[in-house]
Amino acid sequence: MTAPLLDLSGLRVTYPGRGFRARPHEVLHGVSLLAREGETLGIVGESGSGKTTLGRAVLGLVTPSGGHVRFRGRDITHASRKERRALARDIQVVFQDPYSSLNPALAVGDILSEPLTTQGATTREARDRIAELLDQVGLPKDAARRLPREFSGGQRQRVAIARALASEPSLIVCDEPVSALDLTTRARVLDLFVDIQRRTSVAYLFISHDLAVIRHVSHRVSVMRGGEIVETGDAGQVTSLPRHPYTQMLLLAAPVPDPVAQRERRQERHRLLARERAEPGAVERVEQGTDPGQFGS
Amino acid sequence: MILYVLRRLIAGLVLAVLVTMITFLLLSTSFDDIAGSTLGSSATPARIEEQKAQLGLDRPVLVQYLDWLFHAVRGDFGLSYFTSEPVRSAIAARLGVTLSVVLAALLLTAVVGVTLGVLAATRGGVVDRIAQGASLFGHLVPNLLIAIGLVWLLALRLHWFPATGYTPLGEDPTRWAASIAIPVLALTAAGAASLTSQVRGAMIDELRKDYVRTLRTRGIRPRSILLRHALRNAAGPALTVLSLEFVQMFGGALVIEQVFALPGFGSYAFNASLQGDVPIIMGITLFAVLLVVCVNLLVDLANGWLNPKARIR
Amino acid sequence: MSTAPSNATPARDQGDRHDPAEAAASRRSPLRRLLRDPQAVISAGILLVIVALGLLTPLITDHGPNQASLDAINADAGSHGYLLGGDKSGRDIFARLLSSVNTSVVAALIGTGIALAIGVAFGLIGGYYDRRLRAVTEWVFSLVMTFPGLLLLIVLLPVTNGDYRVTMMIFGVLLSPGVYRLVRNLVLSVRSELYVDAARVSGLPDRRILSRHILYTVRGPVVIATAFLAGASIGVQSGLAFLGVGPSTVPSFGAMIADGFTNFYEEPLQFLWPSLTLGVITASLVLLGNSLRDVLEGGRPEPSRITAPAPRPTTGLTTGAGSSGLLTVEDLALAYPTSSGELKEVVSGVTLSLEAGETLGLVGESGSGKTQTAFAILGVLPAEAVVTRGSVRLDGRELLGLSERELCGVRGRAVTYVPQEPMSNLDPSSTVGSQLVEGIRTTTPMSRREAGERALALLSRVGISDPRRVFASYPHQISGGMAQRVLIAGAVASRPLLLIADEPTTALDVTVQAEILDLLRDLRKELNMALLLVTHDFGVVADSCDRVAVMQQGEIVETGDVLDLFSAPRHPYTRTLLDSLLDENSARTDQPGVADESWQKEAR
Repeated sequence: MTAPLLDLSGLRVTYPGRGFRARPHEVLHGVSLLAREGETLGIVGESGSGKTTLGRAVLGLVTPSGGHVRFRGRDITHASRKERRALARDIQVVFQDPYSSLNPALAVGDILSEPLTTQGATTREARDRIAELLDQVGLPKDAARRLPREFSGGQRQRVAIARALASEPSLIVCDEPVSALDLTTRARVLDLFVDIQRRTSVAYLFISHDLAVIRHVSHRVSVMRGGEIVETGDAGQVTSLPRHPYTQMLLLAAPVPDPVAQRERRQERHRLLARERAEPGAVERVEQGTDPGQFGS
Repeated sequence: MILYVLRRLIAGLVLAVLVTMITFLLLSTSFDDIAGSTLGSSATPARIEEQKAQLGLDRPVLVQYLDWLFHAVRGDFGLSYFTSEPVRSAIAARLGVTLSVVLAALLLTAVVGVTLGVLAATRGGVVDRIAQGASLFGHLVPNLLIAIGLVWLLALRLHWFPATGYTPLGEDPTRWAASIAIPVLALTAAGAASLTSQVRGAMIDELRKDYVRTLRTRGIRPRSILLRHALRNAAGPALTVLSLEFVQMFGGALVIEQVFALPGFGSYAFNASLQGDVPIIMGITLFAVLLVVCVNLLVDLANGWLNPKARIR
Repeated sequence: MSTAPSNATPARDQGDRHDPAEAAASRRSPLRRLLRDPQAVISAGILLVIVALGLLTPLITDHGPNQASLDAINADAGSHGYLLGGDKSGRDIFARLLSSVNTSVVAALIGTGIALAIGVAFGLIGGYYDRRLRAVTEWVFSLVMTFPGLLLLIVLLPVTNGDYRVTMMIFGVLLSPGVYRLVRNLVLSVRSELYVDAARVSGLPDRRILSRHILYTVRGPVVIATAFLAGASIGVQSGLAFLGVGPSTVPSFGAMIADGFTNFYEEPLQFLWPSLTLGVITASLVLLGNSLRDVLEGGRPEPSRITAPAPRPTTGLTTGAGSSGLLTVEDLALAYPTSSGELKEVVSGVTLSLEAGETLGLVGESGSGKTQTAFAILGVLPAEAVVTRGSVRLDGRELLGLSERELCGVRGRAVTYVPQEPMSNLDPSSTVGSQLVEGIRTTTPMSRREAGERALALLSRVGISDPRRVFASYPHQISGGMAQRVLIAGAVASRPLLLIADEPTTALDVTVQAEILDLLRDLRKELNMALLLVTHDFGVVADSCDRVAVMQQGEIVETGDVLDLFSAPRHPYTRTLLDSLLDENSARTDQPGVADESWQKEAR
């Protein structure tokens, strides 16, 4: 039997506390999940749920304190720099902020050639591949000579996608890739993601706080909360008929762009809250956290 | 809080021991010359060895250092090789001069720098250009030239203040003030220049922050926004600059004291170093480090008071 | 660490006035821009000429710098081969001056070189690598930094014997902590940039990341620092020489100034020449450094006044059909000056009105001008903004053209504001309570104690379960949702007629967003307050608004009842926006492509 593309088991990540003698705190408490070739696994959660850390652990940007990351059956939890360089061909990333994810000093062509030359491509090969990539993400050919600041947010994100695609990876970790984009741009970039997946059968680990975005691109969805996965399942089921009360709460809290439907949803949410107030414990209240680290950490 | 201060003071003492030790080790490479210079140019090598033994300079360096440290801890810094004056009282006598110049300059720097910086940041136009020009001038012209220029203008031309010399505060307060006026102005010129640009930059940054706009929407008067909120937030970095200014002025006082023939700490240190008067050099080094440690501690405490995030628990 | 679901786009509404021409201009190489700056060219030119003269000393002068001649004592300028005359020892002042240039150059090279070598090397290592290593370097450098440099140089005189080259080496070490801190901070900030993460994911080795991504950022500030370090080295060297440190055979500005100083009354020119040259050199270095800073880091920030925007004469004159609404905005237009001096309009003729107790949603994408419109109503536009035409009337009173002082009487009372980013909108160094109390006492005169009680009551009204603790907290000690509740409490304290909320839930988690929207709805009913809700989120619009105005590129393209707008949008732009929405039915239905094949493989 073929091993799954990505297999996380009991993954734990601990950050050292800030300052001298501060207690380290664990942000992932043993997360397990599977991603198959060519599929999109959506990870949805609120701030502080650990979803970004999960992505960074897969990318090797943070070192797990426990558990395993397996890629096509190979354990890459503690891969060396050299192994990582080889893995870079297979695992790539698109970050949230299109402003800080591209070096402002490098022309787009240089940004795109970086992963190619690292993998040993010649200048000529790299140039041809860049033209191909720009075409694939819908950017004009002369974009290679221009600097990131000459592009809009959506176009920059297309550059970031092109960079991720450069080495023809089999998995791209997408960390909130459309959250900083405008409504119309967001829809187009999401369609680009789906389109690329159909053509290249790359798999996505798609991280977002927005259920609607996750629903749009995912085959399967995992819901994270407080460093744990509370529910995993088929995208249609998790995002429309969730089983776990937290996911239900999440779904009801997201306003729908339809005044009539939204009124119903709001009333439903109030009913759920009232029920929970009557018998506490069904859903712990999510808000009213007094932990100073909860917001935007 | 008290624990924090204690910890910082202990760290400061460790620092003082380290710095004095390094100084002593460096000085030890030239003990031969030092022994020679106490005797004059006609000394024979044999006489120099004898003198080294008498001064205790022939013992292992570490033993000498520990001996010095042991005495220093009990407040005994030894006697000058040349004048046989006790080092402690000699430093104490001269410190008053230097401290009065440096502290007066520091105070003036703070007042001028903050006022000009805030005005430049908020008024713009002519005020900003004048403040920036003054600040640039302070940067452009070396301290030494400013000092000499001030002597020429204020003492030789206008005869407002005496050109050189020092009158102790106890003797005649007015003449004391006059005697340190030009040195203080000279030190202030450079210090206020960098503080002004620092305050200006920090205030502009602060005034562009979101909370300033929100305070405005609450109907709060601009003066209160400026002084109660923006300036308080801008004061932290300015304070750090001021503490660095203190250290620099302490060094700058050396040159200034020479120009104005002030009997201060700096000229004393200078003459002692020229002669190789080891006990004085060591005493001065220790004293300077302790002074800097205290100033840094005060600045950090003030910073904690200004900035709740930096506050120690 | 996890990312807050911050939709950063609307925040760029104000700052990102994208101008392709400007971007293209700044693409030009820094060197070429430097060559177009007269200050840089002149100061660099002066320095080059002075250094060249110094290097050519033996060719230009007839006398050695230490060659004394009895008949040259205090000789006049220009007399028999002594261009600037002789000094009191009969030495050629011109020759000494030029040799002093060489001394200064060597001093600057040694001091700056050592400071840069140590500072940059350790800064890169300390910034990029391990935290533990950084702790050690940090400690050593702060130790060096605490010591008064000049005093140390003096104290070590017996060791250096006054040789200015050795002295400058030590001075270089003393300067290095400044360079270290500069480089370390730059590296630390670059290191957290996502493009460095992306380079690491691409498998780029550390060495390449340092040279390609990090050195680039460090380069500019270090070049700037070099100019100032050179100035400092020359200043200290001449200061020490002035004091008489070092052998008298080394010609130096300091020694010449000291000589001239003693001879001041007889021959003031002997004092003037070295002072002038020294002054010109250090001034050129500082000016060059400032030019470098302007070119490499962008100009110095402009002052920012707290003031109401200056209205053009036409403003506020459109007294046209006075509709009875609470807020009437008519034909409002505002612009910002561009770098070429022309005005660029960001809001062009906005007209909208709001009845008492009503909620109007102002919707648009980033750059549509919706936030600028809100700021214009509040009168809190940046000082450089210009309101070119239009009128804003609140409860019948024209707001445009009022002074900051007059506006203070309106803001916080009749109209208040809730911002997007709760954290950055609270003063970080005052407690939540004192900020609330200050606002309350500004609008309603009462004692501090009464205001405190009122603030506590407001905090519990906005759903904070432990008002006393929050009252005494500093902003960084509370969560974002809590901070937003605090800001809402401050905004409704004076029972305003109109609340302007600019993306009030965009920076918050979705569950918190729902609660904040509920809170705003309840408060609005309770106080019969009108709400202008600026947002990009149609879900929020559907949830909270009675009417909607859609903005595009500074103009309102469609206004209407919320039900009509969603069911029958009239303007094509509105339709485009609504079509881009991801609704319940947009779930992905196709199956993963490759997975099928692999299953087939397994089946075989």
